[in-house]
Amino acid sequence: MKNYVIIGNGTAAVGCIEGIRSIDRDGKITVISSERHPVYCRPLISYYLEGKTDIERIKYRPENFYMENGCEVIYGKSAVKIDNGKKVILLNDESKIFYDELCIATGSDPFIPDFDGIESVGDKYSFMTLDDALAIEKAVSKNSKVLIIGAGLIGLKCAEGLRDRVESITVCDLADRVLSSILDSDCAQIMQRHLERCGISFMLGDSAAKFRGNTALMKSGKQVDFDILVLAVGVKANISLLKDIGGMCGRGIIVDDHMRTSVSGIYAAGDCTECTDISCGESKVIAILPNAYMQGKCAGINMAGAQEAYDKAIPMNSIGFFGLHAMTAGSYFGPEQNGEIYEEKSEDKIKRLFTKDGLLTGFILIGNTDKAGIYTNMVRNRIPLSEVDYERLKKSPDFVSFGAEYRKKKFGSVV
Amino acid sequence: MKRIFVNEKWCIGCHLCEYNCAFANSGIKDMVKALKGKNIYPRVHVEGDDKITYAVSCRHCTDPICVRSCISGALYIKDGTVCIDHDKCVGCLTCILVCPYGAVSQDENGAVQKCELCLKNSAGAPACALGCPNGAIVYEER
Ligand SMILES: Cc1cc2nc3c(=O)[nH]c(=O)nc-3n(C[C@H](O)[C@H](O)[C@H](O)COP(=O)(O)OP(=O)(O)OC[C@H]3O[C@@H](n4cnc5c(N)ncnc54)[C@H](O)[C@@H]3O)c2cc1C
Repeated sequence: MKNYVIIGNGTAAVGCIEGIRSIDRDGKITVISSERHPVYCRPLISYYLEGKTDIERIKYRPENFYMENGCEVIYGKSAVKIDNGKKVILLNDESKIFYDELCIATGSDPFIPDFDGIESVGDKYSFMTLDDALAIEKAVSKNSKVLIIGAGLIGLKCAEGLRDRVESITVCDLADRVLSSILDSDCAQIMQRHLERCGISFMLGDSAAKFRGNTALMKSGKQVDFDILVLAVGVKANISLLKDIGGMCGRGIIVDDHMRTSVSGIYAAGDCTECTDISCGESKVIAILPNAYMQGKCAGINMAGAQEAYDKAIPMNSIGFFGLHAMTAGSYFGPEQNGEIYEEKSEDKIKRLFTKDGLLTGFILIGNTDKAGIYTNMVRNRIPLSEVDYERLKKSPDFVSFGAEYRKKKFGSVV
Repeated sequence: MKRIFVNEKWCIGCHLCEYNCAFANSGIKDMVKALKGKNIYPRVHVEGDDKITYAVSCRHCTDPICVRSCISGALYIKDGTVCIDHDKCVGCLTCILVCPYGAVSQDENGAVQKCELCLKNSAGAPACALGCPNGAIVYEER
């Protein structure tokens, strides 16, 4: 009987458990969870603040999940060291766990720049965990002025979650636009305008230089007084367990398409890893939930002795704020990189499709996002444009453009 | 397991499947009351051009990417049917971002909806297939 151990208890861990169990019903699975909660939907912590979910519904899997899958979860303890020679993991209470197959699914931690005077700020939070959300919920009131550092996905989701609970929200970012990792500047402008109409204030191209108590002195020289500070500057992958034993790491733990790390017997999955983004061929951290699940499942299947590859990773996001949805996927190449852009644009809607070398490499949709998956599928599966009627497809995502053979295969048989 | 299959050669583009779907999922007993004068939000839709038409609804994939991608744990598989727990869904639309068939949509309130083979409503079996006048949509084992 194999002895499986998973470090971390997020989505990648769940994928790993389900992957192992699809092959091996009997092996022992131990999960080491530094958080004291059964697995929950991390992306839903802002929806919790907004009242769209609660402590019960935010659970990612039903109550009996671990029992049904024969897992033992060790809550509230962290793995601090792996001895890959002896195949043993040391926990922070000095207990030891032996493994035959190990998956590192440690996710990421908030990155906190060391701002001058940050220690003088009373109420400061990150926005990564359910406990962060619960602490922020306790701290805010109708009179709170909130300053959020970082206009990325996490900072803005936090702003959305808090808007109806507080008096004002200001979001600052060194970048000159919101959501700079997934939107180009025209698209970002549409989203920013919408967020401003919904009551969020921005200070872009500007960030805190130092803090003096509950006052931020900005790089621009402005001053912002606040009651609550949320630091959402960025995240860093938790790679140290593998790095410390000489495993290959970049920004994330490097894995192959079987989720094997460079150290034998050790796999890794989810936000802590770095893998090939097939929309551009570069190795990067793709910190999104679907990727965590699919990598986890792939790792689990391989750990259990079967063969499975996951080689379709792309960044993709569906993110809405106050009713306006944006969907993005893949990589954006402009004309200066030999790419072509197809665009439809109106006041608060935009569609941009990016093609290069005969492939759809990425897209941005804001406003009308119906059937976006047809484009995502083109990017993920690298379907050559020559196999579809792209002139039609770019205007209308449907299957006329794919031809009768394709339709017969997809709509006439089990897929 | 029985699934929906489409033979576009027999589809005449009458859109009856859309009406039958909207009616079956309305929870209203009378078809006129359920549909007359209203915009409908069916879970099956007819696509096509001047030459060809066909109906598209959830394929109930054997390894559905919508379920793997769902950030709220609302999408799940029950006996092969891909189902949605509306209580858990927060409307992030990740399923719409990933469904390769464009088969997940939003209802009149923006909430996510998808074909559940009419197993949760009073039709008991897919109303689109039952009502298709030409056998262009069938519900069978393949
Ligand atoms: C506010 C917010 C909104 C988001 N929105 C979206 C979204 O809309 N769509 C989307 O796709 N993604 C979203 N994400 C990203 C998504 O949550 C992550 O991609 C996903 O949770 C990654 O899963 P994971 O299992 O790799 O890591 P995590 O969920 O981070 O889980 C890792 C776990 O491992 C634990 N751990 C770390 N080190 C140790 C150790 N040494 N010992 C024991 N345990 C350890 C951590 O405490 C953590 O519980 C969002 C994230 C946040 C914070």
